[in-house]
Amino acid sequence: MIGETLPLSRHLGNWVAGLVGLPAGWPFQALGMLLVASLVLLVVVTPVGLGGVYLERKLAGRMQNRRGPNRVGPYGLLQSLADGVKLLAKEDIVHRGADAALFRFAPYVVFLAAFAGFVVLPYAPGIVAADLDVGIFFFLSLIALETIGIVMAGWSSNNKWSLLGSMREVAQVVSYELPLGIAAMCPVLAAGTMSLVGITEFQAGHVFHWMILKNGIYAVAMVPAFLIFYTAGLAAAKRAPFDLPEAESELTAGFHTEYSGMRFGMFFLPEYALMLSISAVTTALFLGGYHDPLGLSGPGGAFEGSFLWCFFWFFLKTTVLFLSQIALRWTLPRLRVDQVMYLCWKVLLPASMVCLVLTAALRLLG
Amino acid sequence: MTTTIQGVKFNEGELAAPALPRDIQTEEMVFNMGPQHPSTHGVLRVVVKTDGEVVLDCQPLIGNLHRCAEKILENLTYVQGLPYVDRMDYLGALNNELGLALAVEKAAAMEVPRRAQYLRVVMCEINRVISHLFAAGQFGLDMGAFTPFLYMFREREEGILLLNEVTGGRLLYHYIRYGGVTRDVSDEWRRKVLAWCDVVASHMDEYNNLLTYNHIFVNRSAGVAVLDKETCLAYGCTGPILRAAGVRRDTRKDLPYSSYEDFEFDVPVGPFERGILGCAWTRHRQRLYEIEQSLSIIRQALQNLPAGDFTNTKISRGWKAPPGEAYAVTEAPRGELGFYFISDGGKNPYRVKTRGPSFCNISVITAVSRGLLIGDFIALIGSVDITLGEVDR
Repeated sequence: MIGETLPLSRHLGNWVAGLVGLPAGWPFQALGMLLVASLVLLVVVTPVGLGGVYLERKLAGRMQNRRGPNRVGPYGLLQSLADGVKLLAKEDIVHRGADAALFRFAPYVVFLAAFAGFVVLPYAPGIVAADLDVGIFFFLSLIALETIGIVMAGWSSNNKWSLLGSMREVAQVVSYELPLGIAAMCPVLAAGTMSLVGITEFQAGHVFHWMILKNGIYAVAMVPAFLIFYTAGLAAAKRAPFDLPEAESELTAGFHTEYSGMRFGMFFLPEYALMLSISAVTTALFLGGYHDPLGLSGPGGAFEGSFLWCFFWFFLKTTVLFLSQIALRWTLPRLRVDQVMYLCWKVLLPASMVCLVLTAALRLLG
Repeated sequence: MTTTIQGVKFNEGELAAPALPRDIQTEEMVFNMGPQHPSTHGVLRVVVKTDGEVVLDCQPLIGNLHRCAEKILENLTYVQGLPYVDRMDYLGALNNELGLALAVEKAAAMEVPRRAQYLRVVMCEINRVISHLFAAGQFGLDMGAFTPFLYMFREREEGILLLNEVTGGRLLYHYIRYGGVTRDVSDEWRRKVLAWCDVVASHMDEYNNLLTYNHIFVNRSAGVAVLDKETCLAYGCTGPILRAAGVRRDTRKDLPYSSYEDFEFDVPVGPFERGILGCAWTRHRQRLYEIEQSLSIIRQALQNLPAGDFTNTKISRGWKAPPGEAYAVTEAPRGELGFYFISDGGKNPYRVKTRGPSFCNISVITAVSRGLLIGDFIALIGSVDITLGEVDR
């Protein structure tokens, strides 16, 4: 199914098949898919992750009366790249006492889970890697998958701080998946589809067609649902004030204490990927996706179906959410572990259920 | 019955039940917090016994920074020895110098010119302000708030530059000498310090809005890790910790030295707007209030700086203190710093004994750590604010 949505991979597979003189078939199509996936990862997603790191460091510098990176390249733009090269060049230590196989495997799970989320994002009309019927469900399950990678890392490290960090991660992310999922169900209920493309198309038009202000009246349920989704998204991405699994001042570095070199990098980069994809999903669910506030990209608008125009708005909204996550991180202290649980189970979860019931009522009333 | 885990004795009989109700029994874990842990403020090692996130018992293990400071002082001449005490509480270096200088001057019955006394007060109070800024920022950092730490560092840096201009040092100054100080200050420097005082005072609201009254920060620290009056007195805790527990004790007021009696200042005592007596939030707020009082002392001292010499004695390299002994106690940023000094009339001190506030303050953490969560335990260490250089000496 994914192969059909990616004609490029089929062409690439057939081209490789012709190159080696064999009949084109599914193995070559699978190979083509792999090639396209690696190409996308290398050319699009990794720079986005590195850009996220740069943006965070630069913004943190501005907020903290510092300059941030400014040595490598113009305005320090190449700093993230230099750090990546540094991480690659560093020794990859698998210490004695670690469960070597799990220890090596864990970063890949986290990396995969964080970057696979980009597959279902609707960037612009028709620009989506895979328009899954269960797009939002797929995305939420990836967050759960990432948790498994982190538990593997913490457990296999044979380090008590790592263990404590990964246990915090499990407790936190598994709990926050509930308000996250229920808040996400509000737009799903309103739009009648779980496909992110479908939900975005449902919001076509100006700002009062967007989910958060749909017909004006939907704001009653959608504004709280948006705030819950945003907060729970912060917790799911382990961002401050919910950065307990890697709380530096408490657990040294949490679950990745024992990781060095690029294996550490493979925990570091996914964090930004996850922040970006959560921001993008928030945009798609609540903020109209790639539609602009005046409805020019909607039916009959001047920019209907314009790729660049739509992509610009999607990118803008995602970036604003991303930057707000960074600003929060550098402003707020960290919550305590029991307060994180309190917020989830006693505040966000009941509130998200109320939002869901409200949405259902609004849907029934028309 | 005591058990020994990793070389540390745990008194099983004293193990209190954890404060949180336990419906699931889990295995206890022993953590080595430090000496490379980011929140142990240097090379403190605390062996923490936990049940999941709940601290059952802890034992601070000190000595990683032990440099035999007191023994070395016995083997150095008087001139050589004074800069050595800077290294004890390296965040409040001038206050250490002042303590030893006062003890030696007391034993040798040395007069210090009033201008020198005022200069000592100015320098020590600037040092106290930058030390408290560091402590408050560091506490925020322990709570996960990075930005306030750097905002406080901004003002601290300006203060360091001011001290640097007169003393030539950024962290360890060696400014105070027996019988006076090294250098006089210029009028321009006085104006700069007064301007700096206004800058720090104007930024207090910023620190408070960003950190002190932040909802998360208050929830994290108010009512947490309570060190009550009795515990503080029993363990010999002094300084901001004791005052935050509601005891109005400040050596600058109670036993004035170096002309502190000339200045009008308050001794803030907890509890404050949030939190309760002796909790982590109160200790943090206490330091910020003390900064304001110190700024007031600096302003008064600079505005009324007496004319005259800044030192009356040129101490030669082979200077010998007359036989005798003296104890001088001063209010260092972290509490009461005492120096007990004995001279046998030789070129070197016969014995120097330090009563370090950090050393006494760190001893209390075992008593209050039981039942705290790990995050609270970090808040406890951060709000007690120790300098390992002085704990170990």
